[in-house]
Amino acid sequence: MKPIVIIALREIREGLRNRRVLATASLLAGLALTLALLGSAPTGNVGASRLAVTVVSLSSLTIFLVPLIALVLTHDTIAGELDRGTMVLLLSYPLARWQVVIGKFAGHVVMLGLATAVAYGAAGLALWLGAAGDDAAVAAFCTLIGTSILLGAAFVATGTLVSTLARDPRTAAGIALGVWLASVLLYDMALLGLLIADQGRTLRAPLVQALLVANPTDAYRLLNLTGLPEVGQFAGLSGLAGHLAVAPATLLAALGLWVAAPLAASVAVFARRQV
Amino acid sequence: MTAPLVRVDGVAKRYAGRDALAALDLVLGAGEILALVGHNGAGKSTLIKLLLGLIRPDAGRITVLGHDPARAGAAEARRAIGFLPETIAFHPNMTGAELLAFYAQLKGAPLAANRELLARVGLADVAGQRVGGYSKGMRQRLGLAQALIGRPRLLLLDEPTTGLDPELRQAFYALLDELAAEGVGILLSSHALAELEHRADRVVVLRQGRKVADGTLTDLRRMAGDPVRILVRMEAPVPVAAGAGGAVTGVAAGAGRRIEIICPAAEKMDRLRAVLSGREPVADIELLHASLDEIYAGLLRRDAEPVG
Repeated sequence: MKPIVIIALREIREGLRNRRVLATASLLAGLALTLALLGSAPTGNVGASRLAVTVVSLSSLTIFLVPLIALVLTHDTIAGELDRGTMVLLLSYPLARWQVVIGKFAGHVVMLGLATAVAYGAAGLALWLGAAGDDAAVAAFCTLIGTSILLGAAFVATGTLVSTLARDPRTAAGIALGVWLASVLLYDMALLGLLIADQGRTLRAPLVQALLVANPTDAYRLLNLTGLPEVGQFAGLSGLAGHLAVAPATLLAALGLWVAAPLAASVAVFARRQV
Repeated sequence: MTAPLVRVDGVAKRYAGRDALAALDLVLGAGEILALVGHNGAGKSTLIKLLLGLIRPDAGRITVLGHDPARAGAAEARRAIGFLPETIAFHPNMTGAELLAFYAQLKGAPLAANRELLARVGLADVAGQRVGGYSKGMRQRLGLAQALIGRPRLLLLDEPTTGLDPELRQAFYALLDELAAEGVGILLSSHALAELEHRADRVVVLRQGRKVADGTLTDLRRMAGDPVRILVRMEAPVPVAAGAGGAVTGVAAGAGRRIEIICPAAEKMDRLRAVLSGREPVADIELLHASLDEIYAGLLRRDAEPVG
């Protein structure tokens, strides 16, 4: 257990030192505050909770940005150390390879989680201080922060897997970009194309549900935009939510699986990798 | 008699269809300094990685401090091993002191000893500076310091003196002598045999993954036929055909007035006669013992020649 903590702390210290955490937190905070303070400006007239509306816009932002940041942070975590020659030295110490993988994963999740919590927390606090929402909206906002970190963890795990599989950091960067494009953009477009082409003949609701849950960004989207009535109303998904009622627990489990599976695969791959 | 720290029996390792190591036997005892000598690609780093359990052998058996290093349980044994990789790299944003603390924590060694280690390698003054600003020699010294964390029983040093100036090199070997006297077994690799004179108890010469010589430097000199180098200076420039030399290096080459012959001591007069017969008068003859590098080249050449 101890080597995991030592390696995680080293990653965090390095992240703080090279200002990656600061850059991430600043970027997220800047965008979140902009969305919170400007994006929800017109809501006063239609009686919507500003906090709830901000959840909608922030979750859209998260879907694009958090996976990208997670992959940028982690794509070179293993491949880079192998490339620079620091890994050989690290593995000569009394620790197991799985501890290296888990320690690095934990360090990156803490960094990304910290940045997300601080950035979104600041935006939420700013709105809450302006009495922008009721308790339900506050709960929705807390869910947003929690699930954003979970989504980040899923992509930290995926990035770590990419890094253990890739031959060198440049290949890893290419694969990471491909993963991001595929899960954030292409997957939904392909699914949409399928649905249109199929005209509802074979792709029934349960299958569509399963396909959505199978992609972590869609699971996250459903969780935040349809899970809570307070938010669903503004998400433009309320009609869809009726057909695609997936229990929040299922969605959370799907996201959890997206953390556990790539992480387990990383451990397995790295255990066999020649250094 | 105590068990050896390292025992390698018939170990083979192949990379991409090429023998990195073939049927290698090796023993390293406590307090012994063993030098692995060979060109790049001779198998030195492969052997060290095998001893650390970073890679697994395709054949043969390895025991390091009583464990098979590729087994999961060997992680604990690595607590008593100090390792310096061939190209030492550190996280550039951390300071020397922080890096040493990180590695000491991983080994479960007391952090208080780090200050002394940094002083021992002459880095005490720059311990608070980021490693990114260190020179190559300083990084190498930091590498040595981390290898010494936790008072290891076995040191595996891959090209340890790369980037060290002669003074530090001297200090480094003095340090190794001290450690060996305390019973630490030291395996170090080098591509230069000359550097190891009076430094290593035993030398193993590797060529393309095979052991071509194993013994003290005196043994190696004898195995190479105790070669001598003869420098002949002529009165006037003479053309000399290469290939008229001795069995050691097979070279007798001259440019203008100088002729150089390297051959076993016993054959020196025959060689001289063969090379000089019927030539211009000789101005001077100088006889030198072959350098260790020439002995090394001779051993490799002898190994490369077809048997019979």
